[in-house]
Amino acid sequence: MINASLTELRTALDAKRISSVELATLFLDRVAAHNPTLNAFITVDRDGAIEAARAADARIAAGNAGPLTGIPLAHKDVFCTEGLLTTCGSKMLSTFVSPYDAHVVSLLKAAGAVNLGKTNMDEFAMGSSNENSHFGPVKNPWDTTRIPGGSSGGSAAAVAARLAPIATGTDTGGSVRQPAGHTGITGIKPTYGVVSRYGMIAYASSLDQGGAFGASAADCAALLTAMAGFDERDSTSLERPAEDYAREIAAPASDKPLAGLRIGLPREFFAEGMAGDVRAAVETALEQYRRLGASTVEVSLPNAKLAIPAYYVIAPAEASSNLSRFDGVRYGHRAAEYRDLAEMYAKSRAEGFGAEVKRRILVGTYVLSHGYYDAYYLQAQKLRRLIAQDFQAAFQQCDVIAGPTSPTTAWAIGEKTDDPVQMYLSDIYTIAVNLAGLPGLSHPCGFGAGNLPVGLQLIGDYFGEARLLATTHQYQQATDWHLRRPA
Amino acid sequence: MSRSDWEVVIGLEVHAQLNTASKIFSGASTAFGAAPNVQACAVDIALPGVLPVLNRGAVERAIRFGLAIGANVAPKSVFARKNYFYPDLPKGYQISQFELPVVQGGEITIRVGEGDKAYEKTVQLTRAHLEEDAGKSLHEDFHGMSGIDLNRAGTPLLEIVSEPDMRSSAEAVAYARALHALVRWIDICDGNMQEGSFRCDANVSVRRPGGPLGTRREIKNLNSFRFLQQAIDFEVQWQIDTIEDGGKIQQATVLFDPDSGETRMMRSKEDAHDYRYFPDPDLLPLVISPEWKARVASEMPELPDAMKARFIDELGLSAYDATTLTASKEVAAFYQATVDAAGVALAKPCANWVMGDLAARLNKAELDASASPVSPAQLAGLIARIGDGTISNNIGKKVFEALWNGEGGGSANAADAIIEAQGLRQTNDAGAIEAIIDEVLAANQKSVEEFRAGKEKAFNALVGQVMKASKGKANPAQVNELLKRKLEG
Repeated sequence: MINASLTELRTALDAKRISSVELATLFLDRVAAHNPTLNAFITVDRDGAIEAARAADARIAAGNAGPLTGIPLAHKDVFCTEGLLTTCGSKMLSTFVSPYDAHVVSLLKAAGAVNLGKTNMDEFAMGSSNENSHFGPVKNPWDTTRIPGGSSGGSAAAVAARLAPIATGTDTGGSVRQPAGHTGITGIKPTYGVVSRYGMIAYASSLDQGGAFGASAADCAALLTAMAGFDERDSTSLERPAEDYAREIAAPASDKPLAGLRIGLPREFFAEGMAGDVRAAVETALEQYRRLGASTVEVSLPNAKLAIPAYYVIAPAEASSNLSRFDGVRYGHRAAEYRDLAEMYAKSRAEGFGAEVKRRILVGTYVLSHGYYDAYYLQAQKLRRLIAQDFQAAFQQCDVIAGPTSPTTAWAIGEKTDDPVQMYLSDIYTIAVNLAGLPGLSHPCGFGAGNLPVGLQLIGDYFGEARLLATTHQYQQATDWHLRRPA
Repeated sequence: MSRSDWEVVIGLEVHAQLNTASKIFSGASTAFGAAPNVQACAVDIALPGVLPVLNRGAVERAIRFGLAIGANVAPKSVFARKNYFYPDLPKGYQISQFELPVVQGGEITIRVGEGDKAYEKTVQLTRAHLEEDAGKSLHEDFHGMSGIDLNRAGTPLLEIVSEPDMRSSAEAVAYARALHALVRWIDICDGNMQEGSFRCDANVSVRRPGGPLGTRREIKNLNSFRFLQQAIDFEVQWQIDTIEDGGKIQQATVLFDPDSGETRMMRSKEDAHDYRYFPDPDLLPLVISPEWKARVASEMPELPDAMKARFIDELGLSAYDATTLTASKEVAAFYQATVDAAGVALAKPCANWVMGDLAARLNKAELDASASPVSPAQLAGLIARIGDGTISNNIGKKVFEALWNGEGGGSANAADAIIEAQGLRQTNDAGAIEAIIDEVLAANQKSVEEFRAGKEKAFNALVGQVMKASKGKANPAQVNELLKRKLEG
């Protein structure tokens, strides 16, 4: 059951071969056993999970079960959960119990999914290694001396180690795809606006997007289908009819199920900078895609190299403003002693935020300052438009874009913590996708040195989620990388 | 050097609270006076993860204002974040509009002064933009600490910015009054200044006539027309004195203390915030389609200027009457309703009654026309009875008093009921009037002789006696005619 797909779990639950309470207990026991090593969860809600599982069992018994009823999952601690600690990985919110549910959380509750708890993350979703958490780093289940990626490292590690079959995440510059790649699982970030941001603690509002982790594309499709949809409480939510993201997932119709699919390979992604073991795994995966009938074509994203500088202006600018509400006045950390208001703010925020968060607040404040706004913020917005145009030009020649998710496999804990820029560069292939607002997915495509997973990133045109998932599904029907589990 | 050697330059920024039922970016109520923090929802207190959703009602009010002042209602405008820390600003930024406001340009014509010295002037507006209000910091009753009330946080405001077109405190007050009347007229703001629904900031500078603009100081948060006048007058004198004493004006924000009548510095330009404005990524640009604008335009009430012109052209009122009657929405509505009930032929007497007896009585009772105890229909009923000769104008005043006091049963024909009940119907019966005249003449031989000796005044005294003897009911015109005939006959 631990390694079962959602389809198998659904069948077992509906056939009463296992109850939701038993299933939840199974996963909770795994969390209890492995979390002390992995540190993937900040909060485990055993009581809440058992209660939800009981309700799910009643629903199943009454014949009212939906696709996710009784299925355990975990939420990244960026999503507000009513009555549960919601920390965002920060000391600032280390005692904050949300009085309301995020839209995503309430949708999954309504679907009957069973929340096991809240997963660890880089503080305020800022980071690529999950070392920026107030609650300590998350360990990669494939090698616990290594990072799982970030910022949704807890969710990725939890799914990879089968502490939960599926988990939610958020992706601002690669925070779903990159940890999915580093932990050997599948993760999708949909088109900006597909998943409501209401109740998802904001890092960079114009880039943040909720996403799904699962072992396979099929599992991600089921989770995304339940998470997505218009929400009038989020003005950037897209008013579109509900979608079944699994609708294009089908058994292979032939030995060439991807015939006709044109996969674009951006010249810039395959230039220098990619580690040899990653390149080898990616090339092998592309060969597999060609065997399945897809053709590959070289495309160009000439402005992709500007994605990191543009991102590190726009995201910190928005973050500097988004994080102003954490001032110690109404909730969250407040310094024990202060002489006046200015000192209350200064001390509360100096104590409540970690180094990376402070760094980005400072950068963001700087780039928005009088006299610098045009040179930095407006310039970055121009680059953002150019990057989006590059993708549109590329999609004239191809249906999906493929490349490595990250330039290297997971690095050792502590290896890049003293060099923020090296850390930033690890997101080189994922960031442009957020700037353009496109959907992106990472799926496992092999192993590099030290038996560390390598992720392949697929990028779709706007609203191309179903196609990305179906494409991946065909790949996963022909390969077994997604079935490999860490020891 | 005297004050006349200086030219005063004033521009106003007015924050008009829009009268929507809920807040500009949340569903919480905007009602005034609730217990602290009970009207602050998750969005208003800026819990982690919450997002703003724009209230379309606030946008419609901005459109209405833009249409009323002949401004460009921007097809696309942008909400921006104004970043600064303050405990009553829950998000650490205020959502406002910066580079692209919803209302651009426009003008308002004002009337300044009284009588012969009155003149009209057109004030240009720079812009008006939508924004949210902050909460309130309460510094009393907390034993050295401050309390925060977030009920007001998120209340919709329209910030209306004028060009520096005013040249005196009188012009500034006239502009503020005209704006106040207009926002109430088009029903976008209740105009309650005590509750802070209409607050003025005045940018004041002085210069040599024709010279370059002087350095301005901004007087913040003036919540009455009287304070606006006093604050500007004090500030102007202070600036002139400072310059004439060899000093220089430094750009600053100042507060007016109504107790001392003085302005004092709150912060200098050096302390000014860098607000780090940038477009709010949580809100899409505000797009106002031509269809939306057209629909709002179709629902607009007739504006004061148009109504004034119509009163002159169609009802034959003088410019003075028309201006007076359109100075406030309530008076105009009352007058219009009165004419509608009485008929266009009685437009002028209706104007006289509304501006005369009714206005005097409302003024004395400190009531608004909309709260008048005498309804337009009742007043029209009274005016109709004067018009058709049932009662005289003088008896009319008596009936009006009775109406004011709630006599006559409260229906539209209360005036008729009062006339009947009190037997006030005018006597047009020549025989009856002649009989009274005969009695009066017999009893006032002295007056008769004086009249015959050429004393015209004696005639009026006799008319008075006849009217008195008839208890005011005799038709005055008939009395005049018959008396004259008798005396001369």
